[in-house]
Amino acid sequence: MPETLAGRNPAGPAAAGRPVVFRGGGFAPRPVGPLGPLVFIVVIGLWELGSRIGWIAPLILPAPSEAFAALAYLVETGEIWRHLEASVSRLVIGWSAGMVLGVAVGFSIGLFSIARSGLVPVVAALFPIPKIALLPLFIVWFGIGEGSKIATILFGTFFPTVIATYGGVDNVDRNLIRMGQSFGLSWLSIVRKIVLPGALPAILSGTRISASIAIILLVAAEMIGAEYGVGAYVLLAGNLAATDQLIAGVAMLSVLGLVVSWLIGRAERYFLRWRS
Amino acid sequence: MDLHIVGLNHRYDDMPVLDGIDLRIESGRIVCLIGPSGCGKSTLLRLIGGLEQPTDGAIRQVGAPPDGCLNPLTYIFQDFALLPWRTARGNISLVLEDHGLSERETARIVDDVLARTDLSDFGDAFPRQLSGGMKQRVAIARALAVNPAVFLMDEPLSALDSQTRALLMDDLIGLWTREPFTAVYVTHNLQEAVRLGHKIVVLSRRPGRIRDQVAINLPLEDRTDAVAELAPTQRYLWELLREEAQAADRELADA
Repeated sequence: MPETLAGRNPAGPAAAGRPVVFRGGGFAPRPVGPLGPLVFIVVIGLWELGSRIGWIAPLILPAPSEAFAALAYLVETGEIWRHLEASVSRLVIGWSAGMVLGVAVGFSIGLFSIARSGLVPVVAALFPIPKIALLPLFIVWFGIGEGSKIATILFGTFFPTVIATYGGVDNVDRNLIRMGQSFGLSWLSIVRKIVLPGALPAILSGTRISASIAIILLVAAEMIGAEYGVGAYVLLAGNLAATDQLIAGVAMLSVLGLVVSWLIGRAERYFLRWRS
Repeated sequence: MDLHIVGLNHRYDDMPVLDGIDLRIESGRIVCLIGPSGCGKSTLLRLIGGLEQPTDGAIRQVGAPPDGCLNPLTYIFQDFALLPWRTARGNISLVLEDHGLSERETARIVDDVLARTDLSDFGDAFPRQLSGGMKQRVAIARALAVNPAVFLMDEPLSALDSQTRALLMDDLIGLWTREPFTAVYVTHNLQEAVRLGHKIVVLSRRPGRIRDQVAINLPLEDRTDAVAELAPTQRYLWELLREEAQAADRELADA
């Protein structure tokens, strides 16, 4: 019978010497169950408690229950749907137009030398301008109605989309493109079947940024000359010092942001299901 | 279809990479290109397939490609070059889609090449679900799908572990014995070269020149158990390669 290594262990089977101390692990944060919602509940609970026992003056910050009552009143009168309809339609039109144009320009920068050298400096010069500063100009150009508000959102989402898109196109694995060429794929096939899906992860993560920018600009635009819309509602509440309504409006914006982010998450899971 | 390479020179800016390459690639045979790293063997392969333009000289296709050939010069890449967002089937049909084939014809070709590479059960798998060896099998199936005149293989087994490499080597030999194909096979592995090559071309260090061409007449299917008979050839190739590799190793990258 061959002698095994274990049988020849000079230290013998008894535990001699010191154990090796574990020093790995960590640096791998994981989601911990219902902790997220719990934080919300605790913070809102403390806030409500503070208001009830008089630590927080109602004029400075209304109790969550009052804000909720204001929201419930909005639902009861049906006003909430008017505001949301106005806001969401501006958001959808402005954002999708900005996305479509941004992806188109981003692709041309990513694919053509002339577009790249001509447009990148323009994008770099215009991107950092706060689009809210241009709103008066947009009102002159597109009128005080929907045009100027949609234009603000469009311009605000256009530039980050351009940058995300051409960054994504630049990062498409050149070996895959070379493979396409080596099999004689047409230019259009290479763009549609290799470059577009390869750039999609970057484009989709760009939509997260542009969606947040769109909501911020939506509210800003609605604060100037809008009758309906969440921004107009919040502004009016502020002017009347109706802080409960103001909080209710802000909560609506927060929910709007969450819904948009959830939708993008769904889109990512669908379009990028080929990733792990 | 044969390939004739005549007086080929290639330069990057002022740096000569390939110098006076004359080479014939004959139909139904496998030519292995070996040489020290950086000798320009991969460049030569890119030139042969038309992915780069030579500074000087010509590469000619002599004779007609086989019937039903959709892409005469077809690569198999070291890194597989599979689209991660397409399944194995999708990756194979990708290279058929631009040829206006009917859906049925496409499906027939895909099924056929999947069967020939033993992948019939993995058609719907995404590349991330496949091992390295399976990925390269998909890439081989994709290359078979266009029925090429010449396969251009750029170190196809180098990204794989040694056991997988042995398995795939057997697959390649099996494919060739069932239906001889023409191939240029770039490798730095001498064992692969003597097992697969009908002709082995040794390139010198940069600028790449042909040091020698060695023919091996033993049939491919008999080579598995012929280690002893192949040993002298392998030793001779190593002698050639060794000097070049040693000298190349001691060069500064940008000198």
